[in-house]
Parts: sequence; structure tokens; C-alpha cells
Amino acid sequence: MKTSRIALFASALMCSTAFSAQAAELEVIHWWTSGGEQAAVSLLAKEFDANGQDSWRDSAIAGGEQARAVVMQRILGGDAPQAAQFNNSRQFEELAEADLLLDLSDLAKKEKWRDVVRPKSILDPCEIDGKIYCVPVNIHSDQWLWTNKAIYKEVGLEEPQSWQDVIDQAGKIRDAGYIPLAVGGQGWQEDLTFDDVFMGVGGKELWNKVYVDRDEDAAKSPEVAKVFETYGKLRDLTDEGSAGRNWNDTTSLVINGKAAVQAMGDWARGEFVLAGKKAEVDYGCVPGPSRHPVLTTGGDIFIFPKQDDPEVEAAQLRLASMLLSPDVQVKFNTAKGSSPVRGDVNMASADPCMQKGLALLNDDENIALPKNAILSSDTDGRIQDLVSQFWNTPSMTVADVQDQFAAILQDGS
Amino acid sequence: MKRKTRMWSNLSAKIASVPMLVTAIGVFVLCVVYSIALSFTRSRYFPKFDFIGFDQYVRLWTTDRWTVSVSNLLIFGLLFVGFCLLLGFLLAVMLDRNIRMEGVFRTTFLYPYALSFVVTGLIWQWMMDPALGIQNVVRNMGWESFSFAPLTSTTYAIYGVVIAAVWQGTGLIMCLMLAGLRGVDREIWKAARVDGIPLWRTYIFIIIPMIRPVIVTSVVLLSISVVRVYDLVVAQTGGGPGIATEVPAKFVIDHFTERGNVAIAMAAATMMLLPVLLLVGPWVYNEYVRRVRA
Repeated sequence: MKTSRIALFASALMCSTAFSAQAAELEVIHWWTSGGEQAAVSLLAKEFDANGQDSWRDSAIAGGEQARAVVMQRILGGDAPQAAQFNNSRQFEELAEADLLLDLSDLAKKEKWRDVVRPKSILDPCEIDGKIYCVPVNIHSDQWLWTNKAIYKEVGLEEPQSWQDVIDQAGKIRDAGYIPLAVGGQGWQEDLTFDDVFMGVGGKELWNKVYVDRDEDAAKSPEVAKVFETYGKLRDLTDEGSAGRNWNDTTSLVINGKAAVQAMGDWARGEFVLAGKKAEVDYGCVPGPSRHPVLTTGGDIFIFPKQDDPEVEAAQLRLASMLLSPDVQVKFNTAKGSSPVRGDVNMASADPCMQKGLALLNDDENIALPKNAILSSDTDGRIQDLVSQFWNTPSMTVADVQDQFAAILQDGS
Repeated sequence: MKRKTRMWSNLSAKIASVPMLVTAIGVFVLCVVYSIALSFTRSRYFPKFDFIGFDQYVRLWTTDRWTVSVSNLLIFGLLFVGFCLLLGFLLAVMLDRNIRMEGVFRTTFLYPYALSFVVTGLIWQWMMDPALGIQNVVRNMGWESFSFAPLTSTTYAIYGVVIAAVWQGTGLIMCLMLAGLRGVDREIWKAARVDGIPLWRTYIFIIIPMIRPVIVTSVVLLSISVVRVYDLVVAQTGGGPGIATEVPAKFVIDHFTERGNVAIAMAAATMMLLPVLLLVGPWVYNEYVRRVRA
């Protein structure tokens, strides 16, 4: 009896190794779970399966934070997925430094990624110690206001062009029975709204001084105080159901005519498309909001954790190459509502909102690095905690939050 | 099968206990020591032994999110354990009065316990959503000023979490208490009735002391779920609004994973271990060391 049990155990072990050695099936972890996102990612899966030898095993995990945590744990635990989505940021930097990621430099050189990728800064977070460790697939910018045109028409107002406009118009919109500004009360959404206010009120120069140069005087300046002040005023503009609401549920408030405006990244466009709405007819998109909008070039990238099997590695390279191919770039980004990472593709089919974004991307003046590409995950997270605490604690003074803000930036990496 | 000799069965028992021994020493001792050591370093995602002293602890205790987490754990722990015991006991007493359809009630009350914390969290998130849940239903029935949306307020959100947890945990405590009550000798009841002691006094002064072991077990079970509360908060509030419902376990896991700061996560984990050691240490001493000496 004892021996049979050992045999059973041994065969179980063998089975598990046999499964993991199965070639050319790549498990891809991502957090594209909302309707619009799913439509986009299934395009990638279909395209990859179509090459005849590989297959895409979809592992969707709701919520970016959760998905990244799972990927990290699985890589550290020796059970790495074959590909994983991250933000174009410093989130995966330590994985690359620890030599856990597949080096894509040769492929990048062969396909001239440095030349085709636009803007050039998009590839910077992928490059660590001179080697390329990730494939950017899209550009997402956070600085967008999504408006319900019908509400503005009914109330008789122009779409807001600045945060001050949003605040000034709130009374009239509220009186007409609508939510002036829909905010999803989750830490990252509150932080995204803060970033939009920072860019809209403070501008690109202040952004770079505070985050890139870590200029303590700038962080303590009256300009940053004004950012926090404006941000604090937005609290009263949202609704009671805000707490804990997902971003796409918040977007549907705008789609369904319950809220006038939501500040959300350009991925919100996918939700409007899915609901059958027309850009600049049913819904509007205002970059910034600012008269000189600046977009942060965030987005998604894929990393490919190192595998022992050369066959799997070859499939990983095929996937990397496919993700950046012009045809896939157009299809995927059209479905997802993001901008392609290469400038040499024809995006004529893009709707007016995407065209606005593409036009802005062509000039480096309108572009800044997102916070999570500048700050370490730890510091970025501390800022998010602070901003979220400030948003939810109206009794917290601007001076208090600004002191803590400056202290974190001085202390953190 | 041949009968095994005593030595052999001893040996296999020893072999069988090896994995547990390895686990106990490996997981509970070595890993704890390793974690504590990491808390004095500057490790990010990967362990790195560059000792920097108590810096992580200083940062930990000056971080609002941590101090809020600790006070939330105290509030949550006291209310959760208290209400579960009280309601569990009351329900058990009512069921013990030989009511009709006892089985139906017992199953109904125990059912929430069969749900995971994630499901419980989501159910109560919806119930407490002002636009969907209880508040909306009551308002639609005509009570326009009714307000029940604890999760939208930084002050009350933690109590919303307590309600969900109590809803889930009470059934189990009720079952334990009921088993305890059923174990009480019927003669005791007769004696109390003969002496003319009122029912409530019988319960408080006679029955409760008699089911003390059951109560202790319940407190231990509940306390364990207090310290490790994590999934409920993640599902129900995500720690929000703001940082209002953060708990220590979530702080540890978030910093261990997403935030990429293993060192401060381990410092926080060490702080979570301390009270457990302070409580369990004297107990172990009392139960084993002192008794052996005596």
C-alpha cells in the first residue's frame, strides 16, 4: 500500500512537469476585463492563434493591482506566466534587474523598434541597462474629460475647457438634476483625477519640477497649493454612490445621462463605443481640461518572464513581434480606444476623439511622463494613499496635505 | 495484512510526523525569523540584507495608513467578537427553547458561514450601496429621509464592514453555543426550576459558567479571523473610502506585492505578530511550563 501511494505521488509529479513543458501555449495575464477592453484583447488572442503554431491562454484578472501582484508572486515563486501586462512604468524594473525577464534587444534591433515607436519616450521605461525588456502596445493618457453632450445642450452650457469651468458649471448642472462630475471612489481613480487637476491647473513645467527634479521648493509652492485647493473643491461635485465604484460603472453614468462629466483616461472611449455612442455627437472628449492640454504617455506593455524551454521562448518572441506589427497595432488600438505606439500606421479609421489624441502626441511639447514611470511603485503608492485620504477627508487642510506630499517626494525613491 | 510490530508502527508514525515537524520549524520558526530580519533592511521586491536599523518601523508608525489600520483592527475586533458572541448566544438560547422548525432556522442562520468572505463582502457592498441597496428600497417604499449608506462615509465605513462580518460569523457561534447548551444536564434545569430561579438568572449565573469552554473556543476562533481579516475588506470596500477601512493584513499584502516594498511589509507583519506573541506566550507558559514544574 505504501509503495502504491509513493507511485501515485511520483506520477502526479511527472504529470505536472509534463504539462508545464507543453510548447507554444502561452499563458498571458492581463487585467482587461471591462467590455471594451475584452473586445480588444480577444482581437490579440485571435490574431496570435491564427499563426498556426501557437495558442494564447487567456488569464484575465480583474484590477490592475491584483493582476500585477499575481504576476509578481508567480514570477518570484518560479511559476511565471509566459507573458504579462504591466503599465508602461517602473513597476517591473526590479524584475528586469534580477534577470527574470526575456531580453528582447535582438528582436528590437531587427525590427527597428527605436525608429518606429513614437513618441520615443514610450520605449524608455522598457529599456533597463541598455536592454529592451518589454513591448509597448498602446499609449494611454489620463488627461481627458468625457462629457454627455445631451446634458450640456439641455442645460445650455458649453463643454468645460478648464477645471475652473467644471467647478463654475456645477451649480447649474446640479439644479437640472444631474451629477456635475462622476468620480469612482477608488484610490487609483481619485489619484488619476488628481493628476488631471495637477496637469490642468499646474501645467507641465510644474509637473516635471515636482516629480522629475524632486524640487522641494516647487512641491511646497503656492502653485501646488492651488492644485490641492482645486482638487478639494471637486469633492462636492460628485454623488453619494461614488465610494468604491468601478471606473466603467462611473463611465456608464455619463453614457446613460446621469452625470455630465467624468475625468478618466482615454480607455473610457471603449465603453462609449460599446454602448453604441458616437464621438462628438453623443459624447464629447476634452483633453486636459486645459487650454494647453498636456497628455501623460502611459499605456500598457507586455513583459515576457524567462522560461527554460527554447520553444516557448521562440513563441514569446513571435508574440512580441506580433504585438508591435502595424496591422495589429491599428486593429487593437481602434478597438481599445488607445493610440498606437508607432507613427507609421494609418489611423484614418479613428474617430474624432482618437484623432484629437493622435494630433497631440505628434508634438513632444504636449507630452509628459506619467507619475508611475517617474516614481517607484512604493512612492507612487504613498502619493496615491495621501491623495485618496485628502479626497475623502474634507477636514484635512491644504497646508497639511502639501507638507506630507513634499515629504514623501523627498523621502521616497 | 500482517500485524506490524510496535517498533515499526512507531517508525512510520515518526516518518509521518516529519513533514509536520519540517513545516513547523521551517514555516513557523525560520520564516518568522527571516521575515523579522527582512524588516530591518531596505528590501524592495527581492530580499536584500543591507541592514538599516529601525527606519522601516519609524516610517511605519508615522504613516497614517498604518495607524488607521491598527485602530480599525481594534474597533473591528472588539465589535465583531462582542456582537458575534452576544447574537450567537441569544440565537442559540432561542433555538434551545424547543421552537418549531428548529432545523430550518438553524440552517438559515448557519448559511452565511458557508459563503466566503469575498461573497459576503460583495453582497454587503451592494446592500449598502445608496443607489441599489437597503437605502434605495426603503426610500422607494415611501420613507424619503431614510439613510443607510455607511460605506460612503469615512467615519462609518468600518462599521459597515463589522455588520457584514457579524452577519457571516454569528451562525457558527450560534451552533457552537447550541451544542454547549444541549450538553447541559437536564437535571440542572429541573433543579433551577424547583428553586424558583428566574429564567434569565439561570442562564447568566448557571448556564453561562457551565458552557465556558464553548465560549473560550468561540473567542479563539473569532480572534483568529479578526487578525487575518483581509478578503472581506478587499471585496467590500477596497480599504476605502480613502484609507478609512484599511486593515493591517491588507497593508502587509499591498506593500509586499503591488508596492514592492517587502521591508516595510515585514515590519508591519512583525508588528502584527507582537500582540499574538504577547497573548500566546504567557498562555503557553501557564499551560505547559508552569504545570510541568508544579
